[in-house]
Amino acid sequence: MNEVPLTHILFVSTALFFIGMYGLFTRRNLITMLMSIELMLNSVNINFVAFNKYLFPDKLDGLFFSLFIITIAAAEAAVAIAIIINLYRSHQSIDVDDATEMKF
Amino acid sequence: MSNYLYILWIPLLPLATFVLLGLFGRKYFAKTAGIIGTASLLTSTLLSFVAAKQYFFEDGKVNGVYQKIIALKYTWLQFSPNVSIDMGIIVDPISVMMLIVVTSVSLMVHLFSLGYMKGEERFATYYAFLSLFTFSMLGLILSVNIFQVYMFWELVGVSSFLLIGYYFNKPSAVAASKKAFIVTRFADLGFLIGILIMGFYGGTLDIGLLIEKLTSAQSPEFLSITSASFLGASMLTWGLTLIFMGGAGKSAMFPLHIWLPDAMEGPTPVSALIHAATMVVAGVYLVARLFPVFSMDEAALTIVTYVGAFSALLAAVIACTQTDIKRVLAYSTMSQIGYMMFALGISKNGGEAGLGYMASMFHLFTHAFFKSLLFLGAGSVIHMVHSNEMKDMGGLRKLMPITHASFLIACLAIAGIPPFAGFFSKEEILTAAFHENKLIYGVALFTAALTSFYMFRLYFNIFWSKDAVAKAHHNDGHDDAHAHDKESHGEGTLTMKLTLLILTACAIGVGFVPFSQFITSDGLALETHIDLVFSIAPVALSIIAILLSASFYKTQNTKSDKAVALFGGFYSAAYKKFYVDELYLFITKKIVFPLIGQPIAWADRNIVDGFMLLLANTTEKISAAIKGLQSGKVQNYALYFFGGVIALSILFIYIWK
Repeated sequence: MNEVPLTHILFVSTALFFIGMYGLFTRRNLITMLMSIELMLNSVNINFVAFNKYLFPDKLDGLFFSLFIITIAAAEAAVAIAIIINLYRSHQSIDVDDATEMKF
Repeated sequence: MSNYLYILWIPLLPLATFVLLGLFGRKYFAKTAGIIGTASLLTSTLLSFVAAKQYFFEDGKVNGVYQKIIALKYTWLQFSPNVSIDMGIIVDPISVMMLIVVTSVSLMVHLFSLGYMKGEERFATYYAFLSLFTFSMLGLILSVNIFQVYMFWELVGVSSFLLIGYYFNKPSAVAASKKAFIVTRFADLGFLIGILIMGFYGGTLDIGLLIEKLTSAQSPEFLSITSASFLGASMLTWGLTLIFMGGAGKSAMFPLHIWLPDAMEGPTPVSALIHAATMVVAGVYLVARLFPVFSMDEAALTIVTYVGAFSALLAAVIACTQTDIKRVLAYSTMSQIGYMMFALGISKNGGEAGLGYMASMFHLFTHAFFKSLLFLGAGSVIHMVHSNEMKDMGGLRKLMPITHASFLIACLAIAGIPPFAGFFSKEEILTAAFHENKLIYGVALFTAALTSFYMFRLYFNIFWSKDAVAKAHHNDGHDDAHAHDKESHGEGTLTMKLTLLILTACAIGVGFVPFSQFITSDGLALETHIDLVFSIAPVALSIIAILLSASFYKTQNTKSDKAVALFGGFYSAAYKKFYVDELYLFITKKIVFPLIGQPIAWADRNIVDGFMLLLANTTEKISAAIKGLQSGKVQNYALYFFGGVIALSILFIYIWK
């Protein structure tokens, strides 16, 4: 079987990470920003799984880490959406630029 | 040894009255405050007499010697195993004697004030302050620890301040109260340093222990305090002199006497209580309390002697020229306290040579009664004519016979005419002075003659001089604080007259108390006898002075003006109180303020404050410059975060290998 080299996978995950980062900095919509964060988390997941498979094939630590990250990402999404809903109730908007009261 | 714990109630009752009247007086006891204060003090007075009877006649004596009894001692602050501040009650001859003096004079003043202060707006406050004063004074005389003395010492200072400034809407009263407080505080600074010196070398603050340690010439404490010296004098001399400075401030000795004449701005009964009979003798009491230690140091006693004698003479000279009757009495007080001081100064501890100590205490005792009588009599006069000035008075003997009689007896008592109280105590002082120091004896004799002269100048000016003044009633403007009800004119109320009569009886009678049997420097009874031949000189001089005064002032004539012209510049200098006040003003305003005060104020404003302002300004500038970072935009924060991560990555990967 013709194996995919590690570098290809790392390339995909790096691309995913920076796409997420770009989205986080440029989007003003909170939901989109949340989605961008999920992209970044997933790129890290891919890294964990790939390194585990290619460097330490007889161990499972990387897989466990990615499982934890998925769990935490789900919880984080729940909390973030709860915050967004509350923000919408108070500001009638989910645009980050409308919520800048916490400044000097 | 039996139980003296009930003495605790003597100071605590006035304290309770003070709290009660101070907190609720104006609301609930506006009319009854006087009765409450007087009743509580009457109880204290009776308890004092019970204590005196028990101590002097029942169980104070062991083998013929009066013991020092510590009735109560409670350690309040412990600094080290030996040094502590205790609160307690000491029972010994002088403290019991002072209990009698303070409670009875205070009771008389309470009683007199019932009439004198009637209708005052702050009647309850007045009685609250009086109670506070009585409490503090009683605490002072019962102290077992020198620091306890100091605390009550300050408390009497505060109550004196409050009472002098009682008419707080009168600018002169406010100024006088401030002056009294500042001058005595300045003296108390010396007192505090003195206490610290004694405590440091003596290793204890307990009076009894201190006396025990510093009176045996072999004890290590005595050796260390006498061998340490500063500016050529031993630390014992320094400590005692500084303690005496505190005493001189309270007792208005030269040069710290300037507050006493001004303190006469307070209500007259207050002057009788605080500035004649009790608080001003606190200095004498302090020296007497530490007398065994004083007697170990010749230099300190010499200072006490000469300060006392000089103050006595100076005050007597000034008193001859003053026209405000209360000021005359104030200077006369200062002069008599000078007597007590130098009597202590020339005394030795124990035995026949301790006559001066006993004489000083005796004079303190008799002086308290006839001087408070003089003040209350003056109060009665002021109550009638509404003025303090001699020129507004004259011929009052027919209008106020009781005041006239009691004032005359008090004048005879202070002039030392037998058989009135002052004669006996003054004779003892003169005898002691004659045996110890002829110079002091001469000064004392001359001062005694001056005393008779100015007291009778006062007496004739008030009660004789002119015909009865009918205009007295219209002379309101001066003392407007006494806007009393009109029907009280005349001699004042029943309580006022009663007080005068009781005190007159005291002024006649207390001289016959066999004082030397009870109060001596070592507790042993001392045999004294009045030597008739010796008494001739002072009594004759007094009588001559009285006659001279009568020829000057009994009827209006120009003899006194001629005498004034004879003395010329000396008279006007004395009238201006020898410019001591001006000297103080010069020193403070021209030297202390510009040369010390202003540079310190400059340093405070510019260096101390400047440093703090610099810190505050720098912080403010920096925070203003960087506060833009906190923009409130979440994405900016995320950007900083990633920037930080990148910077740290570069740092760890490339730079920090």
